[in-house]
Amino acid sequence: MTAAVTAWAMPELPAGTVRRVVRAPDPVLSTPGIDVDPTGSVTIELAADLLATQAVSPGCVGLAAQQVGVALRVFSVDVSGHAKTRTCHGALVLCNAEVASATRRERGREGCLSVPDFTGDLARARRLVIRGQLPLTGEWVEITTDGFEAVALQHEIDHTDGLLFLDRVSGPHGIHPRRTYL
Amino acid sequence: MSRDNVDAMREQIIAVTVLGDDRPGIVAGVTAALADLHGNLEDSTMTLLRGHFAMVLLVRTGASAAAVEAALHPLSANGSLVINTRVLGEPALGQIRGPSYALRVHGADRPGIVAAITGVVARHGANIVDLGTRLGDGLYVLTAELQLTSEASAVGLDAELRGAAEELGVDVRLSPIDDDLL
Repeated sequence: MTAAVTAWAMPELPAGTVRRVVRAPDPVLSTPGIDVDPTGSVTIELAADLLATQAVSPGCVGLAAQQVGVALRVFSVDVSGHAKTRTCHGALVLCNAEVASATRRERGREGCLSVPDFTGDLARARRLVIRGQLPLTGEWVEITTDGFEAVALQHEIDHTDGLLFLDRVSGPHGIHPRRTYL
Repeated sequence: MSRDNVDAMREQIIAVTVLGDDRPGIVAGVTAALADLHGNLEDSTMTLLRGHFAMVLLVRTGASAAAVEAALHPLSANGSLVINTRVLGEPALGQIRGPSYALRVHGADRPGIVAAITGVVARHGANIVDLGTRLGDGLYVLTAELQLTSEASAVGLDAELRGAAEELGVDVRLSPIDDDLL
């Protein structure tokens, strides 16, 4: 794992509250998020709550606003310590993020906290550049990353666009019963 | 059959297999007949095998297997499709444990490739959970997903698969499938 060197730092957020994670077929998961004001109190509270909820959810490396029931363009990601992580930006929350460049697509199998019964085969870029705004300051930042963090960021940006991995699965044999973890 | 009559009987799972000449509309016709019986579809799979339509679906219904067969009879009356039904026990949705591996085999077609390869898999206690084979112009391709008993068992399985593949004159590749939980 390589800690990424950036010209920006994630602002310190207030302590968050754990929110309930919703599951498919809750319609909020299929609702594209609307843009937020990153400096607004609602966004700052949501950002803190996403990090707090993610931290108490086992194996969870990212969480989008839709997964806690609100259709807004905000998500958190933290792949620190994950075995597959290469480049790592630590715990971060981004608002109004979009993909600027996605290359080197590779097929993988992903699961999602909001789709507990299944995993799915899909191709995601392993080289990624995204742009988004930091909560609190609203600063626009660009993140260049790879590997597992790239996959996680694409998964979360999809959530904020109202898409689940089920919407991108490779074919009729691409959905599998989720294995149980000991 | 009225809704009341259906509800009066105990619901059971009936496997419906449909084989025959492919044409547009088979799936729509079969599933419409099952919907008329208030059948609820569970898992299903369908593909073309060298151009022949092949489908298996599980339907949960209060109707008897004979009633399901009778409802589907018009679709098979002209002899282009063979439709069978069979009552199944409750699905054994055992927890999936043990690592998943992808198995890929390809080489010059000859009798016995699948038997030899899957014989090795069975001897190692690995379970085949998905399998497809295709015959091209002299080229035979097998892909399968295996559930192994343990991560350690992959080494012995891989070695014996390579031995079998060498005898058959085909290429074999066994590779782990990882789930990324996001």
